[in-house]
Amino acid sequence: MIKLEDITKVYPMGKRELTVLRGVNLSIEQGELVAIMGPSGSGKSTLLHLLGCLDKPTSGRYFLEGKEVSRFNAGELAQVRSKQIGFVFQTFNLLPRLSALANVELGLRYAGGVDRAKALEALARVGLSDRVNHRPTEMSGGEQQRVAIARALVKKPPLILADEPTGNLDSRSGGDVISILTSLHAEQGITLIMITHDADIAHHCQRIINIKDGQIISEEKV
Amino acid sequence: MKKLFEPLTTAWTGVITHKLRSFLTILGIVIGVAAVITLMSVGRGAEAQVISNIQNLGSNLVTVRPGASTFGGVRGAIGGIRTLTMEDAQAIDEQVPNISAVAPSYVSNLQLIVGSKNTNAQVNGVTPEYLQVNNLKIASGSSFSGQDYERGTKVAVLGSGIAQTLFGDTNPIGQQIRMGNIIVYVTGVMQSKGAMFGSPDDTILIPLTAMQQAVAQPRTPQGGRIVSTITLTVSDQSHTQNVIDAITNLLRTRHKLAPSADNDFNIMSVEEIANTLSEALGTMTLLLGAIAAISLLVGGIGVMNIMLVSVLERTREIGIRKALGARNRDIWTQFLIEAGFLTLTGGIIGVTFGWGASYIINSLDVMTTLVSPDIVILAVSVSVGIGLFFGFYPAWNASRLNPIDALRSE
Repeated sequence: MIKLEDITKVYPMGKRELTVLRGVNLSIEQGELVAIMGPSGSGKSTLLHLLGCLDKPTSGRYFLEGKEVSRFNAGELAQVRSKQIGFVFQTFNLLPRLSALANVELGLRYAGGVDRAKALEALARVGLSDRVNHRPTEMSGGEQQRVAIARALVKKPPLILADEPTGNLDSRSGGDVISILTSLHAEQGITLIMITHDADIAHHCQRIINIKDGQIISEEKV
Repeated sequence: MKKLFEPLTTAWTGVITHKLRSFLTILGIVIGVAAVITLMSVGRGAEAQVISNIQNLGSNLVTVRPGASTFGGVRGAIGGIRTLTMEDAQAIDEQVPNISAVAPSYVSNLQLIVGSKNTNAQVNGVTPEYLQVNNLKIASGSSFSGQDYERGTKVAVLGSGIAQTLFGDTNPIGQQIRMGNIIVYVTGVMQSKGAMFGSPDDTILIPLTAMQQAVAQPRTPQGGRIVSTITLTVSDQSHTQNVIDAITNLLRTRHKLAPSADNDFNIMSVEEIANTLSEALGTMTLLLGAIAAISLLVGGIGVMNIMLVSVLERTREIGIRKALGARNRDIWTQFLIEAGFLTLTGGIIGVTFGWGASYIINSLDVMTTLVSPDIVILAVSVSVGIGLFFGFYPAWNASRLNPIDALRSE
């Protein structure tokens, strides 16, 4: 499903250049559950952004479902994000003034059109049927992250990318979030790639990729 | 349909979630539009008022005055010379077609004495047709007849203003006025025509034949009896220009003017005066509107300012939307629709206020105001245009944000 060939990413930092990724080769099969681990500054977030088509590599090729998305322009990348990729962020990234339902509907807004029934179904899937009209500020961190997961899954994307989804949560609600994500993977065959610092969480996954200084240093099957 | 409504609902949500800010943003537009509507309605009202005053004179009225001739390069003042005669009036009546009535008059400023009161007024020696031609109506008493004119009966019809000056609250009918060396009896008082320049309210009408007994009517070297003006009515307004041309030709021939010489008379139609004045007032209205439009422009800059702040403040929202798959186009249409929506709302509120203000001004009897639909449509569409114009740059700025940078912003 995903194939990275010799991906590099260089950010211009004034006169100097900052190389974040140096020659990453990676392939991930449909339906895999992958954890990416590594110290901060290792380039794992940049890798996730590239996988999520939020950014383009400086060099190298990225194939997503057979298409070379590294050659896509901004508009085409937006299309890919809207249809094929769901994001879950560490900081939830919900719109604070919208209700849980409106936030989930936003997930469909650019993917063909808002559909209330689908949004309610997604909220039910994460166990928040009774919090539909609450705003993010009226919810706990765990609930907010579940809304964010509902927003990611409402358009039924083949790929969900999660950037430290439990980083801002206590261990109990973090556990809830992980169990929702892993069950989504198990039930719907969604490909799930997750950055985490937590070795316990990483061991729920099928494969762990370790990154350091912009390179994959090791991979292990669980 | 969904495709069409979703950006609108998104914009609506954006507007109502920032109520105070939205209100302040549109305040400038509201004030600008209200100012445009109010000032334009005042201008249009004044225009309509003046036109109706002039039309009141009789829209078919044409006035011929002496003057506008040149003597050795010096242009004589209108009325400063005496070229029109009773005979000219007669010739016009007999030879020019499409005229319903001709009324020559001779004006003189005379001293009037009523009891112990002593005043000066414009006395108009006229033929019986004069009242009809000038659209003057009798309020009380009666006018004088053709017979009175033939006999040179010493009777007078007073303008409402001069009647008040001379007789106050007492009934002037049947009273006598000493006028030079004759005494005239008042037979009627005219309806007021309203205050304006050269209002007939302040004149006295007497038969021209009686006038000749009070003052010597001067004669031209050829023996023609001089008149001050010749007024006439055209049978149909569409003939006005033909009549003016015919009179011009006739008078030039009668006055034996060389082809190169200027006219020694001046012809004006009420229609023409109305057109000139309405043009001048139209320019004034436009000027008022333009001044008000400046405030609309300032309001537009306010919209741009707020939109720029709004984009900055919502950078993260833009990042989230982009991560969810929004294209640049989705982002800038969102902000553009939001700006257009804000200013449209402002425009509609402004029209309401402006309309209300002009209604109040009208009902306070300060000025006549007239709100015309074209101004309303113009003001509303201009305010939307301002929203789109001044919203464009912020919207474009928003759409260009890099999704990752936008997501990272706090």
